[in-house]
Amino acid sequence: MTTTDQLEADQQAGVVIDAAGLHYRDLNRRVRELVAAGETALTLRNVRGQRYIGDGLKGKDVRITIHGVPGGDLAAFMDGPTLEVFGNGQDAACNTMNDGVVIIHGNAGDALGYGMRGGSLFVRGDAGYRVGIHMKAYKTQIPAVVIGGCVGDFFGEYMAGGTLVVLGLDHKPGKRLVGDYLASGIHGGEIFLRATPDMLPKAPYLSVEPVGADGLKALTPRLRAFAEAFSLDAEELLTGPFTRLTPISHRPFAAKYAPA
Amino acid sequence: MSTSYIPPEFRWTNDNDACCRCKRCIKQCGWGALRWENRVVADQHKCVGCHRCEVFCPESCITVLPNPTYYRPNANWTLRHRKNVYRQAESGGVLLTGMGADQDFPVLFDSLFLDACQVTNPSIDPLREPMELRTYLGRKPEQVEVEVAADGRVSLKTQLAPNYQLAFPIIFSPMSYGSISLTAQKSLAMAAEELGILWNTGEGGLHEQVKPYAHCAIVQCASGRFGVNIEYLNSGAAVEIKIGQGAKPGIGGHLPGEKVTADVSTTRMIPIGSDAISPAPQHDIYSIEDLRQLIFALKEAVDYRKPVGVKIAAVHNVAAIASGIVRAGADYIYLDGVRGGTGAAPSVIRDNLGIPIEIAIAAVDQRLREEGIRNQASIIAAGSIRSSADMAKAIALGADVVAVGTAALLSLGCTLCQKCYTGRCSWGITTQDPELTRRIDPVWGAERVANLVQAWAAELEEMLGAMGVNAVESLRGSRERLRAVGLDDQTLAILGVKPAGVGA
Repeated sequence: MTTTDQLEADQQAGVVIDAAGLHYRDLNRRVRELVAAGETALTLRNVRGQRYIGDGLKGKDVRITIHGVPGGDLAAFMDGPTLEVFGNGQDAACNTMNDGVVIIHGNAGDALGYGMRGGSLFVRGDAGYRVGIHMKAYKTQIPAVVIGGCVGDFFGEYMAGGTLVVLGLDHKPGKRLVGDYLASGIHGGEIFLRATPDMLPKAPYLSVEPVGADGLKALTPRLRAFAEAFSLDAEELLTGPFTRLTPISHRPFAAKYAPA
Repeated sequence: MSTSYIPPEFRWTNDNDACCRCKRCIKQCGWGALRWENRVVADQHKCVGCHRCEVFCPESCITVLPNPTYYRPNANWTLRHRKNVYRQAESGGVLLTGMGADQDFPVLFDSLFLDACQVTNPSIDPLREPMELRTYLGRKPEQVEVEVAADGRVSLKTQLAPNYQLAFPIIFSPMSYGSISLTAQKSLAMAAEELGILWNTGEGGLHEQVKPYAHCAIVQCASGRFGVNIEYLNSGAAVEIKIGQGAKPGIGGHLPGEKVTADVSTTRMIPIGSDAISPAPQHDIYSIEDLRQLIFALKEAVDYRKPVGVKIAAVHNVAAIASGIVRAGADYIYLDGVRGGTGAAPSVIRDNLGIPIEIAIAAVDQRLREEGIRNQASIIAAGSIRSSADMAKAIALGADVVAVGTAALLSLGCTLCQKCYTGRCSWGITTQDPELTRRIDPVWGAERVANLVQAWAAELEEMLGAMGVNAVESLRGSRERLRAVGLDDQTLAILGVKPAGVGA
């Protein structure tokens, strides 16, 4: 895009903030003030590691486009807005997020979706360790994290609810879809991996089953949204194969203790 | 089931001649230990010695005594050790217990004595002269700058960090709805509002019924993030990151699925019957830098309008850790000592891990002073503050505020039977059974808890007056006003206290 094109695109996208050299505190204050004043479309340019963008922000109709690499805790405690990142994400994106959508066009770091209770996180590339840790669900709030590439160890650790998906797109031969200690401590929720059961590590605390078209029904809208976000062919994504993992027990540690 | 080798701990007896056959004791027992067979009959194995039946017996004809069963004495293999071995041989489990350590740990508060004025320095009569107990929780500036306007009016130029004004240097320690009943929690919340102090949600969210008292609550954010959303964070007076608890340093919380009732599920925002696992490792925090990231995630979320503190258990390296916590941006540090209470903890953890609060207060206060950062954070001290004297000594050692949990529950009727983890508390405190929880009327409960705090505050005023100071601020960190008896040189050095007999 030329500079003129970029400017035109930005103007269509509402208020533009040049984040170059701005401390996160100043950047986030401006974002909060603009949203409080009723702005619904914001574009942040030259974002270079500023943390906490979208932290605690509310408003279903608020849409923030981020160019660059936002810092940690992107969308922490967020409740409604949509953040789209043209770049990579860092650690702890969607920490305790209650609602909203976060779309990251690159890779992202560790502990994504920590304690997330609602909304969606879509990462086009790979993600790090402990993705979806403590993810939960509550009544109609069912959070989802969809990772386009692969993830590291402890995926879905202590998972208590919600949906985690790993698609393994652009999967290089020899590279594993998920790391070790898959879903250790899981006691709720479900994990979908675009793989056949024989490709996965064995875990005694997991129920592992291949999923057909019927089993994918609940997941389909989210996969379509993921495909749309990254201009992918939804039908191709949906052909699978998919394997569904769920915890065998909702009380994994019940037998460990005795009265003194 | 095979026979248990463990004899009953208590011997329940009833004077059948005096008994009026009202059967109230049977109804009062939350443990199902009593039944009617033309007279009240006890299953001695089920009695936990909570004394609920005894207190509510209209004829005072019930007596609960320790079971006098005699085992050959053995100073090494105490009966406690033998019973624990039997229990573990029977169950194969990690032994759970409730409340704070019950063993004969050294209590350094009991070796410390406060100063008083005689002849050469005047004492103050708190009955006639004003006494200042007001305490501010939060970060204080290095210095303050003032501006003098043309008309001579003076105004503060320095922008102050958010501080919470406490009427007394006492707050309630974190006890979640789930670990305690809603009626017990509401009692604390109402008392805190009336007193002008703080209560603490623990990691259990805010129930609708206590939301009106959120303005005087510390809202906790811990590893499980139960009940945490932006409304919750914004509704509290301060936000607290819970790292550890004195009764179980290094291990987490775990509310079993059967206690996650419909109501508890609503405040924790998790499905009914699901285990609420809040493990000690917070996998987003592996360093002081990571802690800083979460502290400022919370500060950003509440727009820097409230203090954000960090609660840790007092452990061996507490001073260095506390220094890191302050540098990470915490507005207060909450130190919980080894004798601190809990709703449920493995007894091996409760009775063996951590250090006493007296040592931790002194070590942390000293370290922060040496580094010139003591003003950046308040220190809350907890871990068995049993009286106003413990409170005064904790403040003299360097604490700003003390937090009380067990003492507050005692004022609601708790007798320290240590069975909180079973969820059958006959006093209606650590249970979710509606038949039991309704035994606490929050209005009655709040009055009793408030009475306790006001009594301690009045006693603190008496002690301050005797020491010739009229503000609790003058006592804070004033170790010169303490003397010790029977402590070794190294302990004295760590506490920064002189032995009794040494003058000024």
